[in-house]
Amino acid sequence: MKSVPLWRRFARFFGADPASDVKDELRFHLEAKAEDLMNQGWPADAALREAERQFGDLVAVQRIGERMGEEMERQKQLRDYWTDCIQDVRYAFRTFIRDRGFAAVAILVLALGVGVNVAVFSVVDGLLLRPLPFADSQRLVWFKGGKSLDEKIRVAAGLSGETYTVDAFQEYQRNNQSFEALTSYQTFYGSQAYKLTGAGDPKQVTAIEVADNFFPTLGVDPVLGRNFSREESLKGGRPAALLSYFFWKNQFAGDPAIVGKAITVNGSPVTVVGVLPASFDFGTVFAPGMKVDLFVPAVMDFWRGWGNTLAIAGRLKPGVTVARAQAEADSLFPHLKSLHQDWYEDYASTLTTLKDHVDGKLRRSLVVLWSAVGIILLIVGVNLSNLQLARAASRAKEFAMRGALGAGRGRIVRQLLTESLVLSLGGAVLGLVFAWGIVFYLAHQQSIVLPLLSTIRVDGAALAWTFLIALAIGLLFGLAPALRISGAHLQSAMKESSGGIASGRSHERFRSALVVSEVALACILLVGAGLLLRSFLHVLEVDPGFHPDHAAAMTVDLLPAAKPPELAARVAMLHAMIDHVSTVPGIESAGIVDMLPLDRNRSWGLDAVGRSYPKDRNDAVFVYLATPGYIGTMGMRLVAGRDFSWQDTSDAQHVILINEASARREWPGEDPIGKMANGVDKNPVRVIGVVADVHESSLEETSSPEVYIPITQNTDVEGATLVVRTRLDPSAVYLSVLNALHAVDPGQPATEFRPLQSLVDRSVSPRRFFVLLVTIFAGLGALLAALGIYGVISYSVTRQTRDIGVRMALGSTRGRVQRDVLFKTLRLAVAGIVIGTAGSIAAARLIASLLYATSPWDSKTYAAMLLLLTVVALIAGYLPARRASRINPLAALRSQ
Amino acid sequence: MASSKLDLFRGTLDVLILKALVWGPIHGYAITSFIRRQSNDALLVEEGTLYPALWRLEEKDLVEAEWGLSENNRKAKFYRLTAAGRKRLHQESRNWEAYAAAVGKVLGATTPHVPEETT
Repeated sequence: MKSVPLWRRFARFFGADPASDVKDELRFHLEAKAEDLMNQGWPADAALREAERQFGDLVAVQRIGERMGEEMERQKQLRDYWTDCIQDVRYAFRTFIRDRGFAAVAILVLALGVGVNVAVFSVVDGLLLRPLPFADSQRLVWFKGGKSLDEKIRVAAGLSGETYTVDAFQEYQRNNQSFEALTSYQTFYGSQAYKLTGAGDPKQVTAIEVADNFFPTLGVDPVLGRNFSREESLKGGRPAALLSYFFWKNQFAGDPAIVGKAITVNGSPVTVVGVLPASFDFGTVFAPGMKVDLFVPAVMDFWRGWGNTLAIAGRLKPGVTVARAQAEADSLFPHLKSLHQDWYEDYASTLTTLKDHVDGKLRRSLVVLWSAVGIILLIVGVNLSNLQLARAASRAKEFAMRGALGAGRGRIVRQLLTESLVLSLGGAVLGLVFAWGIVFYLAHQQSIVLPLLSTIRVDGAALAWTFLIALAIGLLFGLAPALRISGAHLQSAMKESSGGIASGRSHERFRSALVVSEVALACILLVGAGLLLRSFLHVLEVDPGFHPDHAAAMTVDLLPAAKPPELAARVAMLHAMIDHVSTVPGIESAGIVDMLPLDRNRSWGLDAVGRSYPKDRNDAVFVYLATPGYIGTMGMRLVAGRDFSWQDTSDAQHVILINEASARREWPGEDPIGKMANGVDKNPVRVIGVVADVHESSLEETSSPEVYIPITQNTDVEGATLVVRTRLDPSAVYLSVLNALHAVDPGQPATEFRPLQSLVDRSVSPRRFFVLLVTIFAGLGALLAALGIYGVISYSVTRQTRDIGVRMALGSTRGRVQRDVLFKTLRLAVAGIVIGTAGSIAAARLIASLLYATSPWDSKTYAAMLLLLTVVALIAGYLPARRASRINPLAALRSQ
Repeated sequence: MASSKLDLFRGTLDVLILKALVWGPIHGYAITSFIRRQSNDALLVEEGTLYPALWRLEEKDLVEAEWGLSENNRKAKFYRLTAAGRKRLHQESRNWEAYAAAVGKVLGATTPHVPEETT
């Protein structure tokens, strides 16, 4: 082979061409052969023909060659591509090691952004996106009663307004066409106390009564034993119980032989028929924050006369939509009502998927959270662009050199994109660690009452999400600087001593625009967080109607009193308990009630005697049975009349206390004291006092009518809770209170002492959760924006070192230089704030429904945001400004 | 042309091509000439099989190709052995020698086949 002239090397300059390669190669072969033949004496044209003849099927070989050539070319390109990629990645790592500060800041910023995003994604995924932990859970439907009731009335009726009677449930179960199975559970689970004995100390346990088909309908199979049988849920059936997994683990040390054994509940033996799987947590789905130990069959005949007590859920037949089931409910419930004149209401119901029921209230809050972290991600991305551009200035010569050495613009863009991808993936890895920490923390927050919160985790979906956002950030926010940097004027960059002035100025404009958008985004976050924070503070300021501090509550056992004659014994015991507990040192007062406010509730009807009401009027009142002294112990205010006394026995005139809302509704403009009312007792009862309104279900909703009935006159209690007010820390008096109870009744189980404050905390915990997160996110956003401002101002000071030097040499003072830099900072901040305020006003409208007693245009919040961002911007600008003012004019002039 | 043309066993052509490249890069036509000359015209390589075989070797990275100029200044594609190709050649020629020796021994047998005793 002879040496090849240079021009030949460029024969395939415009890309590979396998087809003509093959043609050229074969033509050479034929010509060489023909030449040999001619040397042997063949004439020229005959020689070529002979050569072709000897070759055989030229076209076929040519076709084979083309196909193989193309294949090889493809492989070669792929190989080249990967080689280049590896080169780029290596190069990126080298530059990052050289530029450690930049890489560390970029990765940290990215990790923060990715971390909060993945954490919130995990929450959203666990609470909203992931199906419920039941088989075929999309076919599970939740029934919410009271559709035909006015919204206000339904809320006022509490749980009773949304639940069903046994008759309504069973009739619907028999007559519907849409459901494969319909099941229910007892919502008034607090009305029955369950005391476990015979296994260590007597212990109060939480049990839920469920229909016999409850678990099969949900698709939950016991890990041990079996579900309830039909016979076990009939009156007189053998008592049976299913254990929750954790109760089985904790109380019975996971004993597999427990199935078939009897445990003692409320003094009688109950056979354990099975253990539920760990994945089933009644609380997370149906009653956030509640831990259930036992499940027992609901004996429907027992509950038949008890009014609305059942919650209904059903499993749709395959192929039946929720809309069709809803349509059937709309016609079937009224039809059933027409067949049963004795039904109290028509049970018009709203059907939703169980999933919607569980997370319906959360959806908007979670969407807000998701948007907040999305905004943070944008700010992070903008910061990344910004940092890349700042670096580009110092790397202009490097790129100009590479360009001069033949690297095309595409190649340089690719290199820069690789760098940002390496950064964003690095940030994603660190971000995953952050996210894992946040999620672990949140999942173990027992004080936050959110459904399914304990199930959140960083899983495969979260990993995929991480990778996706890392890729998106790397590409999206790497592309803009890459295009700008690679498009800069190469020659001017080569010529300039310190980065191109021209490209520098245009970069700076671009970077200023980036910073302005950062500030605007941070502004939206701050306003949103500010509004939510103010709402939260307003909620905390709400007077719950009682004093939660220095008071605590514990569940106590009652003597059974099915009939009035047994009531005297029960009352005597309660009286003794209260007397004993009151003598404990440190206890100021004590009282007993069946249900605490902000905890559980039930409602009955209440009518003023002698008044005629419209037929459809709402007479629902929340009912509380209490002992004398309860009102005072709670710190509730008696605004008129007197409290109960132990002299209000069942033989005496039956009396009630009402709250102001009841007084307003039943006796508007009149003094209710001494008035008679119907509905809560067999005979009319006398109103003896009025108490200030108590928030019974939520601090954020106005109080509904309430009535307090003396435990001394009514047997119909929903359990019993002892409330004590103490001068000391409640935990300090716990044991002496328990001893005092045992002195009266040695069988009293040791139950948890709950500070009343925990009721308030629990009730505001979802809001606290969101406010905390949004506030942290807003802080993060402001911090990142500050970083952006610092970067831009700092860079512009560096770039103008000589200008500043000249000005100082010409007599400009340090103060003047500093002021100029700060002014420049302020200009960026103000531009961002103006745009951000406009954005905030739009965003605030979207979160208006999440606000409490706060206008979306709350001027104080906006003013605070303005002040905060300005201060943050000034701090971010002060550092470079100080540096500018310290520039030594002589050194600056000489250096360049 | 030659009536004594021998059929090449499958796979044998590849070794011959690799061998032809041992002394340096040559083009396809020179490979056919080399094989014909070395076998005293006994082995005639058809072009229709040579080129696909060459390209297959190129694809397997046993040879690599480069465009160059032939003795009479024409553009030609030159093939060169790669390290992997040289290794393969070494291995294949040893295989071939062992094979040829074995076949030779069998064909040169002078005693008849005696069945082994199975006790």
